[in-house]
Amino acid sequence: MYAQMVKSEGSKSREEMTPEELAFQDRIDRGEKIEPKEWMPEGYRKTLIRQIGQHAHSEIVGQLPEGNWITRAPTLERKAILLAKVQDEAGHGLYLYCAAETLGVSRDELLEKLHSGNMKYSSIFNYPTLTWADMGAVGWLVDGAAIMNQVPLQRTSYGPYSRAMIRICKEESFHQRQGYDIMMKMCAGTPEQKAMAQDALNRFWYPSLMMFGPSDKDSVHSAQSMAWKIKMNTNDELRQKFVDQTVPQAEYLGLTIPDPDLKWNEEKGGYDFSEPDWSEFFAVIAGNGPCNAERLGARVKAWEDGAWFRDGLMAHAAKAEDRARAARLAAE
Amino acid sequence: MSSEWPLWEIFIRGQHGLNHRHVGSLHAPDAEMAIRNARDVYTRRNEGVSIWVVKANDITASSPSEKGPLFDPSNSKVYRHPTFFDIPDEVGHM
Ligand SMILES: [Fe+2]
Ligand SMILES: [Fe+2]
Ligand SMILES: [Fe+2]
Repeated sequence: MYAQMVKSEGSKSREEMTPEELAFQDRIDRGEKIEPKEWMPEGYRKTLIRQIGQHAHSEIVGQLPEGNWITRAPTLERKAILLAKVQDEAGHGLYLYCAAETLGVSRDELLEKLHSGNMKYSSIFNYPTLTWADMGAVGWLVDGAAIMNQVPLQRTSYGPYSRAMIRICKEESFHQRQGYDIMMKMCAGTPEQKAMAQDALNRFWYPSLMMFGPSDKDSVHSAQSMAWKIKMNTNDELRQKFVDQTVPQAEYLGLTIPDPDLKWNEEKGGYDFSEPDWSEFFAVIAGNGPCNAERLGARVKAWEDGAWFRDGLMAHAAKAEDRARAARLAAE
Repeated sequence: MSSEWPLWEIFIRGQHGLNHRHVGSLHAPDAEMAIRNARDVYTRRNEGVSIWVVKANDITASSPSEKGPLFDPSNSKVYRHPTFFDIPDEVGHM
């Protein structure tokens, strides 16, 4: 998902746990929230930093494919809406960085790890946004897939993460609806506009399915994270839910899901569908997707170009404080 | 130089008549910028009518390991709750 393939620890049986670990697991099983300064296993803390950090990076890097279209939106209203949507994503990144920082990692450390390639962000943002219809497909499918994953995470065991997810979920349905609204407009337009919508769906379908991460049979990190309630559902469960929800929405638009094997399965009460090309997924995660270099390059450039400004404001704040102190002393 | 901007804890009064409530934190070089950033980060949808910002370093928190000694003493004082007392129905609302 926004956090794909987060490395976790091997899970322990109750016999292998120390008394502290047992008490901790019992708290989680009772549904209690774990708060920042409380005792937690080192693996819990590390896994959360990786997962929340990756999630935050995804929100921030996720602004780039959509930011691409702000200056070229077809109307002033669409431009204002897209701007608000992208600004929300910046907010989501900030809520999540704050949550990660409560675990004892600094903001600069997290950014340094993103910029040096030591921390990942979601594979989905390494695909290009070629036409305006892509803004529709991204809101509808990418934010739609994100919502699938984020709604259950509101119940995650770590208090600050859970509270950040609650804020984020409140804001996400606007994102998905504005995307679907773009798709409806395009599909009700000229044949060329509808073809653009179909083309956007064709390009974003499988990358969206990849957002949930590898198939459960290849997903090695799940058991411990699920016991800790850091991960609430398996990758395949969420992917199935997403397909079942999205197919009727595509039908309403009069668009075709680019999967000849897509078929309703009465017995399981869901669709059968083709898996994405996992070799493509692993290539994108490893840094070899169509836009990896461009996305990371844009982040690093923004960070470096902004250094003089961040430093300038700090220098100004320090001087202002000195002046205020001097004035106080003079008045005494 | 490049030192990280300090962390500020953000408190928002959601509506007139309610207390300020902690909503999260953010980094800013000074208090004024912290308020401006808090406006953008935490009140994009009319969530507030007033903002307090406090440097995270200036907050003293009780420690989780003191939870027992700090809060247990009130556990045994059940008479502080009105339900402790049985008042006959004839007395009427009290
Ligand atoms: Fe988001
Ligand atoms: Fe998003
Ligand atoms: Fe979103």
